[in-house]
Amino acid sequence: MKNNYDMLVIGGGPAGALAAKTAAEAGNSVCIIEKRPAIGTPVRCAEGVGKELLKQFIKPDPRWISAEIERARLIAPNGTTVSLEQDKAGNEVGYVLDRKIFDRELVWQAAEAGADVIVKTRATAPIMENGAVRGAKVLSVGTPAEIRADVVLAADGTEAQFARWAGLDTTVPLREMMSCAQYLLTDIDIDAGSTDFYLGNDIAPEGYLWVFPKGERTANVGIGISGRKSRDGARAKDYLDRFVAKNFPGGKTIECIAGGVPVCRPLPCTVADGLMVIGDAARVVDPLTGGGIGNAMFTGRLAARVASGCISTGNCSKEALMPYDTEWRASRMGAFLERNYKVKEYFITLDDAKLNTLADSIANISLKEFSVSALIRELIKRNPKMLFELKALKDALA
Amino acid sequence: MSTMLRINRDKCGYCGTCVAVCPEDALELIDAYLSLERECIACGICARACPLGALEVVHEE
Ligand SMILES: Cc1cc2nc3c(=O)[nH]c(=O)nc-3n(C[C@H](O)[C@H](O)[C@H](O)COP(=O)(O)OP(=O)(O)OC[C@H]3O[C@@H](n4cnc5c(N)ncnc54)[C@H](O)[C@@H]3O)c2cc1C
Repeated sequence: MKNNYDMLVIGGGPAGALAAKTAAEAGNSVCIIEKRPAIGTPVRCAEGVGKELLKQFIKPDPRWISAEIERARLIAPNGTTVSLEQDKAGNEVGYVLDRKIFDRELVWQAAEAGADVIVKTRATAPIMENGAVRGAKVLSVGTPAEIRADVVLAADGTEAQFARWAGLDTTVPLREMMSCAQYLLTDIDIDAGSTDFYLGNDIAPEGYLWVFPKGERTANVGIGISGRKSRDGARAKDYLDRFVAKNFPGGKTIECIAGGVPVCRPLPCTVADGLMVIGDAARVVDPLTGGGIGNAMFTGRLAARVASGCISTGNCSKEALMPYDTEWRASRMGAFLERNYKVKEYFITLDDAKLNTLADSIANISLKEFSVSALIRELIKRNPKMLFELKALKDALA
Repeated sequence: MSTMLRINRDKCGYCGTCVAVCPEDALELIDAYLSLERECIACGICARACPLGALEVVHEE
């Protein structure tokens, strides 16, 4: 094993893969270490992604696309269904990916660009010198080793321990951790062109339940509930089992996964001396939808671009790496994260009666644009009596 | 009497949700199993967050 690189990437998810590919293409020596024995498994994801977002990073390929989505439906506690159709909106909806293949493809591309990839190799501590990160101590198939690098990218996902060990607090407050469970169900009756979101405090308190198609009769059926609502007998898995027993009694479970989605604000600072934090580890998941694939790739690529410049000038101090932090905050993604955080904080206060009222008010709309802001503008327009209540939403848009 | 965290490895889905909410950074996901690597204060936050109910704070004589 080589023990010195320009860049070391901890974690082989979408964030780490895009970072490694970008940095390798810029001519840097790069190494990705991944603690799991295989890239892409087990999948901890509902696999939904916007088409336009995805295309910014990779050309869609049928090998890792499970389904094309034409509409999204929001189902209120009383059953009112708000259907958002691609035909009526100007823009495209999305894909449901096959992340086992997708994640591999991304790492493959990084490897093709020249990056080294080492699996079953876990970072156990940063190498710290004078307060700066200089690499990582690792256990590689049980054997301890040290890998040094000019800059280390922490792309270690929800757990986010590497940045924590280097002194950044990545702890997620219980109430802002979505506790999730999901089944890959087959032999079920679904609308194979629709991603469905079920809302309500009995269905998924402070979260939602999703049915994302993976084919004609197969779907990811999963749920996320707030950690503070989770307790014995009322855990993500309990809510999910109840829903499945009622709605898909004949379904066959071919995969069962658990997971945590941080829906807190991003880390206050995503760089330190010799260290950049990207993807879920930086807490850049969309707090409203829980979507993080696109943001992981965005931050991964941006961090690698900034790092490449710093590596070539021989200065990977916090100050030199700071443009990464400043740029993602100033980006569209940064603005959306802040807006959607506020929107989420508003929606989790709603009881079922209010959710029903809001859903009823927009049950027959046809939006010209498929977006959170278009939906919110419509809600505000159609609920003049709730103007005071909806002020928080209005402010979020401003 | 002492309190401690019990990990039910048969229930655990090794997803790492508990790791991210642990205020003491005591838990670690090692490949396909969860491990208590550092001192646990038995606060029970991880047990709340667990989607599958694999963690439990137990009181022992
Ligand atoms: C149930 C669920 C449903 C979701 N649904 C969606 C969805 O529909 N759409 C969407 O866009 N997003 C979704 N997400 C979020 C999405 O999965 C993440 O945002 C995305 O995977 C983040 O990518 P990442 O590269 O930052 O982290 P990850 O994909 O989590 O990759 C991190 C990698 O780092 C490795 N690692 C961790 N610690 C170490 C270490 N010490 N040493 C070496 N390697 C390490 C891990 O093993 C892992 O492979 C969902 C998440 C969950 C849990």
